[in-house]
Amino acid sequence: MTAMQGVFLFAAGLILWAAFMMVTRQNLVHAAFYLIMALFGVAVIFVLLDAGFLAVVQVLVYIGAISIIMIFAVMLTRGDVIEEAPVNKNYGWALLLAALFAFGLIILIGQWPAVASLAGEIDTSRDLAAELGVALVSPEGFVIPFEVASVLLLAALVGSLLVARPQKKGK
Amino acid sequence: MPLSWYLVLAALLFCIGLYGVLARKNAVAILMGVELMLNAVNINLVAFWRYFTPDLIAAHAFVVIVFAIAAAEVAVGLALIISIYRRRKTVAADEINLMKW
Repeated sequence: MTAMQGVFLFAAGLILWAAFMMVTRQNLVHAAFYLIMALFGVAVIFVLLDAGFLAVVQVLVYIGAISIIMIFAVMLTRGDVIEEAPVNKNYGWALLLAALFAFGLIILIGQWPAVASLAGEIDTSRDLAAELGVALVSPEGFVIPFEVASVLLLAALVGSLLVARPQKKGK
Repeated sequence: MPLSWYLVLAALLFCIGLYGVLARKNAVAILMGVELMLNAVNINLVAFWRYFTPDLIAAHAFVVIVFAIAAAEVAVGLALIISIYRRRKTVAADEINLMKW
Protein backbone atom coordinates (compact mmCIF):
# COMPACT_ATOMS: atom_id res chain seq x y z
CA MET A 1 0.00 0.00 0.00
CA THR A 2 1.47 3.32 -1.01
CA ALA A 3 1.47 6.39 1.19
CA MET A 4 -1.21 8.01 -0.98
CA GLN A 5 -3.54 5.08 -0.46
CA GLY A 6 -2.92 5.26 3.26
CA VAL A 7 -3.79 8.96 3.32
CA PHE A 8 -6.87 8.30 1.19
CA LEU A 9 -8.12 5.53 3.48
CA PHE A 10 -7.54 7.69 6.54
CA ALA A 11 -9.36 10.67 5.00
CA ALA A 12 -12.20 8.50 3.71
CA GLY A 13 -12.63 6.87 7.09
CA LEU A 14 -12.62 10.27 8.77
CA ILE A 15 -15.21 11.66 6.32
CA LEU A 16 -17.59 8.72 6.63
CA TRP A 17 -17.26 8.48 10.42
CA ALA A 18 -17.78 12.23 10.86
CA ALA A 19 -20.73 12.24 8.45
CA PHE A 20 -22.31 9.30 10.28
CA MET A 21 -21.84 11.00 13.64
CA MET A 22 -23.25 14.22 12.14
CA VAL A 23 -26.54 12.66 11.11
CA THR A 24 -26.98 10.74 14.37
CA ARG A 25 -26.00 13.25 17.07
CA GLN A 26 -28.74 14.77 19.13
CA ASN A 27 -26.83 17.90 20.08
CA LEU A 28 -26.77 20.12 17.01
CA VAL A 29 -23.60 21.96 18.00
CA HIS A 30 -21.79 18.61 18.09
CA ALA A 31 -23.33 17.80 14.69
CA ALA A 32 -21.94 21.08 13.33
CA PHE A 33 -18.46 20.22 14.57
CA TYR A 34 -18.66 16.77 12.97
CA LEU A 35 -19.77 18.50 9.77
CA ILE A 36 -16.61 20.63 9.91
CA MET A 37 -14.54 17.46 10.35
CA ALA A 38 -16.16 15.85 7.29
CA LEU A 39 -15.60 18.99 5.21
CA PHE A 40 -11.96 19.03 6.23
CA GLY A 41 -11.62 15.42 5.10
CA VAL A 42 -13.06 16.41 1.72
CA ALA A 43 -10.37 19.10 1.48
CA VAL A 44 -7.75 16.38 2.07
CA ILE A 45 -9.31 14.36 -0.75
CA PHE A 46 -9.03 17.41 -3.03
CA VAL A 47 -5.33 17.68 -2.21
CA LEU A 48 -4.88 13.99 -3.07
CA LEU A 49 -6.53 14.70 -6.43
CA ASP A 50 -4.01 17.50 -7.20
CA ALA A 51 -6.63 20.22 -6.81
CA GLY A 52 -4.91 22.26 -4.12
CA PHE A 53 -6.68 25.49 -4.98
CA LEU A 54 -10.08 23.85 -4.53
CA ALA A 55 -8.94 22.47 -1.18
CA VAL A 56 -8.10 25.99 -0.03
CA VAL A 57 -11.45 27.28 -1.28
CA GLN A 58 -13.18 24.37 0.48
CA VAL A 59 -11.59 25.31 3.79
CA LEU A 60 -12.31 29.02 3.31
CA VAL A 61 -15.87 28.82 2.03
CA TYR A 62 -17.25 25.70 3.72
CA ILE A 63 -15.41 25.65 7.03
CA GLY A 64 -14.84 29.39 7.29
CA ALA A 65 -18.21 30.66 6.18
CA ILE A 66 -20.93 28.03 5.82
CA SER A 67 -20.20 26.10 9.01
CA ILE A 68 -20.01 29.30 11.01
CA ILE A 69 -23.41 30.41 9.69
CA MET A 70 -24.73 26.95 10.60
CA ILE A 71 -23.46 27.27 14.17
CA PHE A 72 -24.96 30.76 14.37
CA ALA A 73 -28.32 29.42 13.25
CA VAL A 74 -28.16 26.53 15.71
CA MET A 75 -27.50 28.93 18.56
CA LEU A 76 -30.21 31.37 17.43
CA THR A 77 -32.85 28.63 17.26
CA ARG A 78 -32.30 26.78 20.51
CA GLY A 79 -35.80 25.41 20.92
CA ASP A 80 -37.30 22.49 22.77
CA VAL A 81 -36.34 20.24 19.84
CA ILE A 82 -33.01 19.51 21.54
CA GLU A 83 -34.65 17.35 24.19
CA GLU A 84 -36.70 15.30 21.74
CA ALA A 85 -35.53 12.53 19.45
CA PRO A 86 -33.21 13.78 16.70
CA VAL A 87 -35.05 11.87 13.96
CA ASN A 88 -38.63 11.97 12.77
CA LYS A 89 -40.94 8.97 12.78
CA ASN A 90 -40.14 7.97 9.19
CA TYR A 91 -36.46 7.34 9.83
CA GLY A 92 -36.83 3.63 9.09
CA TRP A 93 -37.96 4.38 5.55
CA ALA A 94 -35.19 6.95 5.21
CA LEU A 95 -32.61 4.39 6.33
CA LEU A 96 -34.00 1.80 3.90
CA LEU A 97 -33.98 4.27 1.01
CA ALA A 98 -30.45 5.48 1.75
CA ALA A 99 -29.16 1.90 2.05
CA LEU A 100 -30.86 0.87 -1.20
CA PHE A 101 -29.43 3.95 -2.91
CA ALA A 102 -25.91 3.18 -1.68
CA PHE A 103 -26.25 -0.47 -2.73
CA GLY A 104 -27.50 0.48 -6.20
CA LEU A 105 -24.81 3.09 -6.72
CA ILE A 106 -22.04 0.67 -5.73
CA ILE A 107 -23.46 -2.03 -8.06
CA LEU A 108 -23.54 0.56 -10.88
CA ILE A 109 -19.96 1.67 -10.15
CA GLY A 110 -18.82 -1.95 -10.15
CA GLN A 111 -20.36 -2.61 -13.57
CA TRP A 112 -18.62 0.31 -15.28
CA PRO A 113 -15.29 -0.88 -16.71
CA ALA A 114 -13.65 2.58 -16.65
CA VAL A 115 -13.57 2.70 -12.85
CA ALA A 116 -10.43 0.55 -12.82
CA SER A 117 -8.50 3.23 -14.72
CA LEU A 118 -5.57 4.84 -12.97
CA ALA A 119 -4.73 8.51 -12.81
CA GLY A 120 -2.32 9.68 -15.50
CA GLU A 121 0.55 12.03 -15.04
CA ILE A 122 -0.33 15.66 -14.43
CA ASP A 123 1.81 18.69 -15.14
CA THR A 124 2.37 20.03 -11.63
CA SER A 125 3.97 23.25 -12.92
CA ARG A 126 0.61 24.49 -14.20
CA ASP A 127 -0.99 27.35 -12.30
CA LEU A 128 -4.50 25.94 -11.96
CA ALA A 129 -5.82 28.93 -10.05
CA ALA A 130 -4.77 31.33 -12.81
CA GLU A 131 -6.22 29.01 -15.47
CA LEU A 132 -9.49 28.83 -13.56
CA GLY A 133 -9.59 32.60 -13.22
CA VAL A 134 -9.13 33.09 -16.95
CA ALA A 135 -11.70 30.39 -17.77
CA LEU A 136 -14.32 31.98 -15.52
CA VAL A 137 -14.22 35.36 -17.30
CA SER A 138 -13.37 34.46 -20.89
CA PRO A 139 -16.21 34.27 -23.43
CA GLU A 140 -14.83 30.92 -24.67
CA GLY A 141 -14.93 29.65 -21.10
CA PHE A 142 -17.55 29.88 -18.38
CA VAL A 143 -18.52 33.52 -18.27
CA ILE A 144 -22.27 32.82 -18.58
CA PRO A 145 -22.44 30.27 -15.71
CA PHE A 146 -20.21 32.57 -13.68
CA GLU A 147 -22.51 35.55 -14.19
CA VAL A 148 -25.60 33.46 -13.49
CA ALA A 149 -24.02 32.23 -10.25
CA SER A 150 -23.19 35.83 -9.30
CA VAL A 151 -26.76 36.98 -9.88
CA LEU A 152 -28.02 33.96 -7.92
CA LEU A 153 -25.79 34.83 -4.97
CA LEU A 154 -26.94 38.45 -5.04
CA ALA A 155 -30.59 37.41 -5.19
CA ALA A 156 -30.04 34.93 -2.35
CA LEU A 157 -28.41 37.57 -0.17
CA VAL A 158 -31.13 40.15 -0.79
CA GLY A 159 -33.83 37.52 -0.36
CA SER A 160 -32.42 36.23 2.91
CA LEU A 161 -32.19 39.76 4.28
CA LEU A 162 -35.80 40.33 3.30
CA VAL A 163 -36.98 37.06 4.87
CA ALA A 164 -35.07 37.38 8.13
CA ARG A 165 -35.85 41.07 8.66
CA PRO A 166 -37.66 41.77 11.93
CA GLN A 167 -41.37 42.32 11.56
CA LYS A 168 -42.74 45.83 11.71
CA LYS A 169 -44.55 46.85 14.89
CA GLY A 170 -47.92 47.41 13.24
CA LYS A 171 -48.24 43.97 11.70
CA MET B 1 -5.26 3.92 -6.89
CA PRO B 2 -8.24 3.28 -9.15
CA LEU B 3 -11.04 5.75 -9.72
CA SER B 4 -13.54 3.42 -8.03
CA TRP B 5 -12.20 4.31 -4.57
CA TYR B 6 -13.26 7.92 -4.98
CA LEU B 7 -16.59 6.98 -6.54
CA VAL B 8 -17.45 4.58 -3.70
CA LEU B 9 -16.48 7.20 -1.09
CA ALA B 10 -18.66 9.79 -2.81
CA ALA B 11 -21.58 7.35 -3.11
CA LEU B 12 -21.43 6.48 0.59
CA LEU B 13 -21.12 10.14 1.60
CA PHE B 14 -24.08 11.04 -0.63
CA CYS B 15 -26.22 8.34 0.96
CA ILE B 16 -25.33 9.40 4.51
CA GLY B 17 -26.33 12.93 3.53
CA LEU B 18 -29.56 11.59 2.00
CA TYR B 19 -30.38 9.79 5.24
CA GLY B 20 -29.70 13.01 7.14
CA VAL B 21 -32.00 15.01 4.87
CA LEU B 22 -34.82 12.47 5.07
CA ALA B 23 -34.65 11.48 8.71
CA ARG B 24 -33.51 14.48 10.74
CA LYS B 25 -36.12 16.47 12.58
CA ASN B 26 -34.30 19.75 12.98
CA ALA B 27 -34.36 21.94 9.88
CA VAL B 28 -30.75 23.10 10.38
CA ALA B 29 -29.63 19.45 10.45
CA ILE B 30 -31.47 18.90 7.17
CA LEU B 31 -29.43 21.72 5.61
CA MET B 32 -26.26 20.07 6.95
CA GLY B 33 -27.27 16.87 5.15
CA VAL B 34 -27.65 18.83 1.91
CA GLU B 35 -24.10 20.12 2.40
CA LEU B 36 -22.84 16.54 2.67
CA MET B 37 -24.58 15.63 -0.59
CA LEU B 38 -23.07 18.64 -2.38
CA ASN B 39 -19.63 17.63 -1.11
CA ALA B 40 -20.09 14.12 -2.50
CA VAL B 41 -20.87 15.68 -5.89
CA ASN B 42 -17.72 17.79 -5.65
CA ILE B 43 -15.56 14.74 -4.90
CA ASN B 44 -16.98 13.05 -8.00
CA LEU B 45 -16.37 16.12 -10.17
CA VAL B 46 -12.75 16.51 -9.09
CA ALA B 47 -12.06 12.77 -9.39
CA PHE B 48 -13.44 12.66 -12.94
CA TRP B 49 -11.36 15.73 -13.79
CA ARG B 50 -8.17 14.15 -12.44
CA TYR B 51 -8.70 10.77 -14.12
CA PHE B 52 -10.21 11.69 -17.48
CA THR B 53 -9.66 15.36 -18.43
CA PRO B 54 -6.68 16.72 -16.46
CA ASP B 55 -5.82 19.11 -19.32
CA LEU B 56 -9.13 21.00 -19.09
CA ILE B 57 -10.36 23.29 -16.36
CA ALA B 58 -14.13 22.75 -16.72
CA ALA B 59 -14.48 20.61 -13.59
CA HIS B 60 -12.89 23.31 -11.46
CA ALA B 61 -15.31 25.89 -12.81
CA PHE B 62 -18.25 23.64 -11.95
CA VAL B 63 -16.93 22.94 -8.46
CA VAL B 64 -16.60 26.68 -7.84
CA ILE B 65 -20.18 27.17 -9.00
CA VAL B 66 -21.32 24.38 -6.64
CA PHE B 67 -19.58 26.28 -3.81
CA ALA B 68 -21.54 29.40 -4.74
CA ILE B 69 -24.81 27.46 -4.88
CA ALA B 70 -24.11 25.92 -1.47
CA ALA B 71 -23.49 29.36 0.02
CA ALA B 72 -26.70 30.74 -1.50
CA GLU B 73 -28.69 27.71 -0.31
CA VAL B 74 -27.40 28.07 3.24
CA ALA B 75 -28.09 31.83 3.31
CA VAL B 76 -31.70 31.48 2.14
CA GLY B 77 -32.38 28.31 4.13
CA LEU B 78 -31.13 29.68 7.42
CA ALA B 79 -32.97 32.96 6.88
CA LEU B 80 -36.18 30.99 6.38
CA ILE B 81 -35.50 28.84 9.43
CA ILE B 82 -34.79 31.86 11.66
CA SER B 83 -37.90 33.62 10.34
CA ILE B 84 -40.05 30.55 11.08
CA TYR B 85 -38.47 30.19 14.51
CA ARG B 86 -39.40 33.79 15.34
CA ARG B 87 -43.04 33.22 14.53
CA ARG B 88 -43.62 29.64 15.67
CA LYS B 89 -40.82 28.98 18.22
CA THR B 90 -39.89 25.70 16.57
CA VAL B 91 -37.41 24.41 14.01
CA ALA B 92 -38.73 20.84 13.87
CA ALA B 93 -39.41 20.11 10.21
CA ASP B 94 -42.49 17.96 10.91
CA GLU B 95 -44.15 20.73 12.92
CA ILE B 96 -43.70 23.36 10.20
CA ASN B 97 -46.87 22.49 8.33
CA LEU B 98 -47.96 25.98 7.32
CA MET B 99 -47.95 25.07 3.61
CA LYS B 100 -50.11 22.01 4.13
CA TRP B 101 -53.44 23.53 3.05
